[in-house]
Amino acid sequence: MRLKLKIWRQKNSQEKGEMVSYNIEDISPDMSFLEMMDVLNEQLTLKGVDPVAFDHDCREGICGSCSMFINGEAHGPDRLVTTCQLHMRKFKDGDTIYIEPFRANTFPVIKDLVVDRSAFDRIQHAGGYISINTSGNTQDANAIPIEKNSADKAFDAATCIGCGACVATCKNSSAMLFVSAKVSQFSLLPQGKVEANERVLNMVKQMDEEGFGNCTNTGACEVECPKGISLENIARMNRDFIKAKISK
Amino acid sequence: MAISGIFLIIFLLQHFIINITSVFSESIFNQFSHFMGTNFVVQFIAQPILILGVVFHFVMGFVLDFKNRTSRKIKYVKYKGDANASWMSRNMIISGLVVLSFLGLHFYDFWIPEMNYKYVEFLPDDPNRYYDELTHKFEDLTKVVIYVISFGFLSLHLLHGFSSSFQSLGLNKYNFLIKIIANIYAIGIPLGFSFIAIFHYLNS
Repeated sequence: MRLKLKIWRQKNSQEKGEMVSYNIEDISPDMSFLEMMDVLNEQLTLKGVDPVAFDHDCREGICGSCSMFINGEAHGPDRLVTTCQLHMRKFKDGDTIYIEPFRANTFPVIKDLVVDRSAFDRIQHAGGYISINTSGNTQDANAIPIEKNSADKAFDAATCIGCGACVATCKNSSAMLFVSAKVSQFSLLPQGKVEANERVLNMVKQMDEEGFGNCTNTGACEVECPKGISLENIARMNRDFIKAKISK
Repeated sequence: MAISGIFLIIFLLQHFIINITSVFSESIFNQFSHFMGTNFVVQFIAQPILILGVVFHFVMGFVLDFKNRTSRKIKYVKYKGDANASWMSRNMIISGLVVLSFLGLHFYDFWIPEMNYKYVEFLPDDPNRYYDELTHKFEDLTKVVIYVISFGFLSLHLLHGFSSSFQSLGLNKYNFLIKIIANIYAIGIPLGFSFIAIFHYLNS
């Protein structure tokens, strides 16, 4: 395959960036998108040009590191996959591909396609956990009966890998899908219900302080989420938030 | 937004129920209108709450839109919004602005003359004037066309806004049912209002 790539290049967080065009040839349709980027970077390095910086780690769709906005969509045109699991066969020979970093005020660009997603970490720190005394008298989790439906929903919410595609996709840069998944994975289980009110209030407060936009329920986040996190989580979090506010 | 939206949805249904009677019976429409126009609770409690609800809804809409627009200062070079969300959900501010402009015209046509009649000129109470006032407004084709186009945008606004209100309040337990009711309401009510305007134009 022969492709024209238009990639966002930005030296660091202080300098202004711009879209730069590159032509690339001999790309196999069976390559992953990141492998195609590797080929490009090899060619750039040989020419003495600074390679394109991009986040990646596991390359099997579970770490949430890769974060490219490809042809106007987070993680590209395929559904339920991360960029590392996107294959070049999804494109045609001669295509022009736009590659940009995930954009939001809360995700500032560090370099090229690498963005700072530490706002998600701070939201997690605000309550995305349960406080269990592990001094030796912890109850065996298997001894606590949990309804299958709740267990399944909690598990589905827990599959969120925190990649930030929801924020990047949302026209408002809202983080509601991420936060609601992190709230739901605990609030659906007996172990998480104890701190449910405190958790939802603290995590939403932190989300607002970070400066994410507001959810207007367009549903774009659910469509682009590589893990298929459901909008149902947002409704559940809204419900939990209202209950927590009233009972405060 | 969600609470004021649901409040306005309920108001719109009540408004439609009264207006549709004008198609079937002049006297029933006059009775309803006279009651609404002279009842103390409706005039001095419900009406101010409604106006406050409308003002709150559109002011909050502007604030929300401004905050959301500024949450991504550097825009994408290529952004496929239509790949994952409906036009209605992405353009509530546009459909909302059209509905707001329509409200200005609607107030000019009906509400201001009504307030003038009762509370400025203190004209004598006439329980049978409402039907004629309504039909008189729809004798002008241009106005009917403007009304119908506005109802079209109202429909677009409701197609997203109705179910979105329930989602925002976390009341989505019967999501499928809510979406069906939302779609029936969002298409049916504006279509009904358009029918009333066209009906009176054709009978003028």
